[in-house]
This record gives sequence, C-alpha cells and structure tokens, in this order.
Amino acid sequence: MSAAEVVIARTGVANIASVVAAFERLGAAVRLVDTPEAIKDAEFVVFPGVGSFGAGMHNLRESGLADALFTRIHEERATLAICLGQQLLFEESDESPGIRGLGLLPGRVTRFPNAVRVPQFGWNAVEPGEGCRFLEPGYAYFANSYRVTQLVHGWSGAFSDHGGPFVAAMERGPVLTCQFHPELSGAWGHRLLERWLKG
Amino acid sequence: MLTIRVIPCLDVRDGRVVKGVQFQGLRDAGSPWELGAAYEAQGADELVILDVSATPQGRENQVDTVQKVRALLSIPLTVGGGVRRADDAGRLLDAGADKVGINTAAVHNPQIITDIAERYGRQCTVVAIDAARVEGGWEVVVLSGKERPGLDAVAWAREAAERGAGEILLTSWDRDGTRSGYDLELIAAVAAAVGVPIIASGGAAHPDHLLEALRAGADAVLAASIFHDGDYTVGEVKRLLAQGGLEVRL
Repeated sequence: MSAAEVVIARTGVANIASVVAAFERLGAAVRLVDTPEAIKDAEFVVFPGVGSFGAGMHNLRESGLADALFTRIHEERATLAICLGQQLLFEESDESPGIRGLGLLPGRVTRFPNAVRVPQFGWNAVEPGEGCRFLEPGYAYFANSYRVTQLVHGWSGAFSDHGGPFVAAMERGPVLTCQFHPELSGAWGHRLLERWLKG
Repeated sequence: MLTIRVIPCLDVRDGRVVKGVQFQGLRDAGSPWELGAAYEAQGADELVILDVSATPQGRENQVDTVQKVRALLSIPLTVGGGVRRADDAGRLLDAGADKVGINTAAVHNPQIITDIAERYGRQCTVVAIDAARVEGGWEVVVLSGKERPGLDAVAWAREAAERGAGEILLTSWDRDGTRSGYDLELIAAVAAAVGVPIIASGGAAHPDHLLEALRAGADAVLAASIFHDGDYTVGEVKRLLAQGGLEVRL
C-alpha cells in the first residue's frame, strides 16, 4: 500500500486510537484534524464515532464538521463513517429524541428489541447484497445499541441479524459507512479498509 | 447471528505477563503484545489485559503496554486494573484500549460508572464483579478478597447496568484458579437479571467448561490458564464450541 493520507476527524470524545492503529498497519499516513477546511481537501476522510447521537451531533455542528461531512458524502468523495458516524447520517434516533441528525439519508435509527442483549457486543455475520464493491461476507465486530433496519435507496449494503435484520454497512461509490468497527474486525476488517483505500 | 466470544486474559505487572505462558513459538512469553498477537492469530475474539501493577512506575508501563498491544492487535482490547476515576479510563482509552474494566472503585464509588459511561460511552464501560457464594446467593468481593462490603452480587450487577455498564465481567471468586469449571448458577442468575452482555470468568480448565458457561447464559467466556498452559489453542476451543452447537466465528 502506498502512503495514502488518511484524515481522521476528531469528533469529540470518540477514542480513536484503534482507528489510527488500523490505518497505520495499512501503511497510511494518518492525520487527526478538527477543522472543516482540512476535511474538504483530504483524499480519504474517516468519521469515527462513539458516544451518544445527541452529543455526536452537537460536536459536529459546533465544530463545523457537519457541513463538511454532508458535502463530502453528497459529492461522493472517499469517506468512511464508523458506528455512530453512520447513524448521524440519518434524520433522527431513538437514542436522542428531538435531536436532528445530518439528514443526508432518510430514516430513523432505532434501538434493538429487548429480546436480545443490548448493547450488541461482539462478532456478527455480515452478508453483503447486490452491488457491493468493498463489502464481503465475513464476521465484523459490533458495539452498538441502535441501528437502522432499512437500506437506503441508491445505496448497496450488507445486513446482519440481532433480533431481526439490520443494516451492517452501506456503500455508494467511494463512500463506505459501517455500523460495525472495521478497525476491530481482525484480518477481515483490515482487508475491508485496504479495499476502501484502493478505491 | 451474534457469535459467542472467547477471550484470553493476560495478567500483567510492570509491563510483563505474570502467569506463565507455556505454548511454543514465542520469542518472549512475557511480552503482552507478542502474546496478544499470538492469541489474535489463534482466533481470539477479544483480549483482556488485567494490570496488577501496584507502583507508579508500573502504572506508567501500563500505558506503554496498551500502546504496544494496540499497534499490533486488530481485535478489541479491554484493560482493567487501577482505574479509580474517569480520567484513568480516559488515559487507557487514549492509549488504545477499547473498553476499560472497573471493579473495586465502582463498588466504593458507583458514580464512576456513570461518569465513564457519560464521558466515553457505555460501549467502553465494563464493570468487573468478583462474586463469592454465600447462603442463598453470592456476595461481592473487592480488593482481591480483602473486603466484603455486603453487596448482593446479582443486585449489584443490575445496578451497575442501570448506572451505565455496557458489559459485566463476572468472576466466580470460589472457582477462580480451581480448574473446576465456571459457577453456572451464578452466570444464570446474573444473565437473567441484566440485559447487557456477560463475560463469564473463573474456573475454566477444559473446553466443556466454556461450553457449559455459554449454555448457562454467558455471552462470552474469559479464560487464562487453559490457553497459557498450551493445552488448547483458542482455535481448537472454538471449533469444539461450534461442534457443541454454538454460533462461533471461525
């Protein structure tokens, strides 16, 4: 892998050491940024996300990163959104009622049913649907209580099952969004990130 | 379907693995990062590092150890030991831990669970509970057994989950180190009481023990000596669990 420059957005309290380490293992030059300008111009941008939907949106709007993220994905430039990063693209979430998400994608993020363990912690089978270029079948590591259940029109995606099917990841052009943590998904996750960097 | 998880645990003091590791092919069996990488290669679903350093120097080594393990590992890493306040958790998360385990501090000051969960997220907040059998149930043991604050272990697990624990690491104080199998009744009681995942710990010496614990309601099993002694690789154990009918990542 050539030394692709990967810009990781500092979205607040998200612990990003694992994301940094994963891209460094791929030989990428990793830069942490927190300004919209740095995100506009970058070749590869990663939006990691842990924490709550409300706090995540608050941080994105305060820092001005919300518009930059919206624009990048709208223009289909190489962007990877992880976990909460994927959820924030939607309109709203059960986690923080009344808080507007980025609204780039239609739909609501909902909580897993009580019949299963919540949070979902661990490895779940990922089954890509038609048109996926990056996503392959395998096991990915999840740590989440909320998810979307409907694939967005115009996107390809992969599903997993935890108390019913949910969207494990989506892709459209060079944009990849993952409910799971590719950086913690072992060799499978490593290869996924490698394919994303190769375009 | 979500798979069960098999999690090797390394006890580390001052940057070195303290329980002997016997299996072949390691240049340095005392190096947490070399061992961690070996376990990942065997198929470990996560790694837990329990840091038992007591000195300030040991605490500094802890961050260094976590950074080195993180650089090599692409599976989740939980670090426990010496977390007294939310800042301690932040230090470990910055170094590359994905989750932090809190035990004694959570019992003495339950607010720390909420503090860590609110600041860093529930997904990185693991409450470790050491439970000893008493008449009619189990009680919580802290300070490596030196103190029994009179808490019912099942009720404490429920409270910890309500306060923000994303996961419970449940160790049977009676079974730990005995190689006689997990305390299955304890696992079943806590699994029924909380909605968050449970990692069972204490007493594993044979793959059947892990199978029993997972059937009793554990979502994940932690084990140390069964792997350290080289009797079984993580992969061998996981294949046996799959043959036992469990959903396993192979």
